[in-house]
Amino acid sequence: MDQRPLSPHLGVYKFAYTMSLSILHRITGCAAAVGFLLFVWWLMALATGPDSYARAMQCLSSPLAKLLLVGFTFSFVYHFCNGIRHLVWDTGRGLERAQARRSGAVVIIAALLLTALVIWLGCQAMGFSQPGPV
Amino acid sequence: MSLRTPLSKVLGRGSAGEGSGHWWMQRVTAVALLPLTAWFVISLLRLPLQSYDEMRGWLGQPWVAVLCTLLVFTLAWHSKLGVEVVIEDYVHGKGAKAGLMLLNIFVHVSAAVAGIFAILRMTVV
Repeated sequence: MDQRPLSPHLGVYKFAYTMSLSILHRITGCAAAVGFLLFVWWLMALATGPDSYARAMQCLSSPLAKLLLVGFTFSFVYHFCNGIRHLVWDTGRGLERAQARRSGAVVIIAALLLTALVIWLGCQAMGFSQPGPV
Repeated sequence: MSLRTPLSKVLGRGSAGEGSGHWWMQRVTAVALLPLTAWFVISLLRLPLQSYDEMRGWLGQPWVAVLCTLLVFTLAWHSKLGVEVVIEDYVHGKGAKAGLMLLNIFVHVSAAVAGIFAILRMTVV
């Protein structure tokens, strides 16, 4: 059984940058799943009372947490933007090679800009004087 | 000549033994999440997040609580479907795959119940 020929797998294709966007959709999706658990933890802290909420917000203000929040923000925003691209594909549109390359570039630029915007506004909503993770 | 049995033709299912339900629900939840997540993120960014009273007051409003409940429910569903596909694609051991599939379901159901419970706790007085 082990000697059966295998159909060609991903390795037979010449690398195209759209491939990394595709795997990034999965990676950011998994990261967003972890972010969802963090969101539920935050909701529970808010429901528990003022002390537990203050403690949760304290936790989220540590440098490591800020770095993680930046990661979750990018993951969510990228998955959101690229998800729209996938939904358009599901209607049968935009599947030509040139179109897929162009929409990929649009998604990357939109995701980076939106991530920066959300982090900037997020810092203000969180009451951080210094924007950014550091 | 088709080798498919009349029953399999009628059921319209592939070799996996199930239809396109998984794929379709992933798209349905994705479409629902576009407005829900956009609304939630925009709302959060306009709120004073450090203020417990303000946050409780915001989440205590009926429509906010309804939309947040929909958000938690739909996020959990979409996330469960997505992680399921990742496990199916990358975990090959039969036992490991079954274990992770169960864990995935338990974690997502628990998170959904906890999130919705938290929202109800803040709304129903």
